[in-house]
Amino acid sequence: MRAKVHVFLKPGVLDVQGKAVENALHGLGWPQVDGVRVGKTIEFDLKASDAAAAEAEVKQMCEKLLANTVIESYRVEVA
Amino acid sequence: MKAAVIVFPGSNCDRDCKVAIERSTGASVEMVWHAETALPSGLDLIVLPGGFSYGDYLRCAAIAALSPVMSEVRAAAERGVATVGICNGFQVLTEAQMLPGALLRNEGLKYVCKPVGLEVTNAQTRFTAAYGGRREVEMTVGNGEGNFFADEATLDRLEGEGQVVFRYLDNPNGSSRAIAGIVNDRGNVLGLMPHPDRAFEAELGSADGALLFQSALASA
Repeated sequence: MRAKVHVFLKPGVLDVQGKAVENALHGLGWPQVDGVRVGKTIEFDLKASDAAAAEAEVKQMCEKLLANTVIESYRVEVA
Repeated sequence: MKAAVIVFPGSNCDRDCKVAIERSTGASVEMVWHAETALPSGLDLIVLPGGFSYGDYLRCAAIAALSPVMSEVRAAAERGVATVGICNGFQVLTEAQMLPGALLRNEGLKYVCKPVGLEVTNAQTRFTAAYGGRREVEMTVGNGEGNFFADEATLDRLEGEGQVVFRYLDNPNGSSRAIAGIVNDRGNVLGLMPHPDRAFEAELGSADGALLFQSALASA
């Protein structure tokens, strides 16, 4: 199974990278862009009996390492 | 008196910390590699140094916080051993949940490296007793991700319980409530972004950092 974990700073936590990208997009002629947030995607293969078991496992990985839940939220996709 | 400096792959202030502690206090300092599963016996102080542990991969200090030695550091801190995390070491302590909050990228997007004025917000801690009545000190910061963040309730609690130890006089990185350093609720674990190890003798521009190491070891 292939897992994809999307990690973003929580709403309300200042994302200076997002701000810098937003300013760059404005400078390139897209003034209508607003609310840019930069996150990351972590992908990996995982052996598991089914998707639900895999998802439960990946969520534990997120809580332990992949995300810092003080400042970040995460979303797990398993396929 | 005996201190240990933990060395992670990518630490770069470990030697500075050793020299700073030795010259400030006369304590003997052992360097402890992150893969160790035991700490030297009889430690009075543990220091987690600055640097870029594990290349800051994933998040600053995320992987260092899971190093084998960290369960020993946590156990020692729980026994009451004075523990100080400086810069990347502060990030390690938050990632290890030994201190609340987290360190975000600097508000101004820049790596900030300069001397900064600090208010000694709480002079009653075991890390600040030697400052006596002095309310303002100077140390050097060097960080790209030193922007202290915690939710409002946590910030209120930190302030209410006297856990804010140092505050920037002129906030260089957007830290919530200008917080530069905090202690845990028990008062034996300190994390700070400014470097006392870069301010321990007058030749470095300030000797104010020496008092921090002296305080930590005087209370041992």
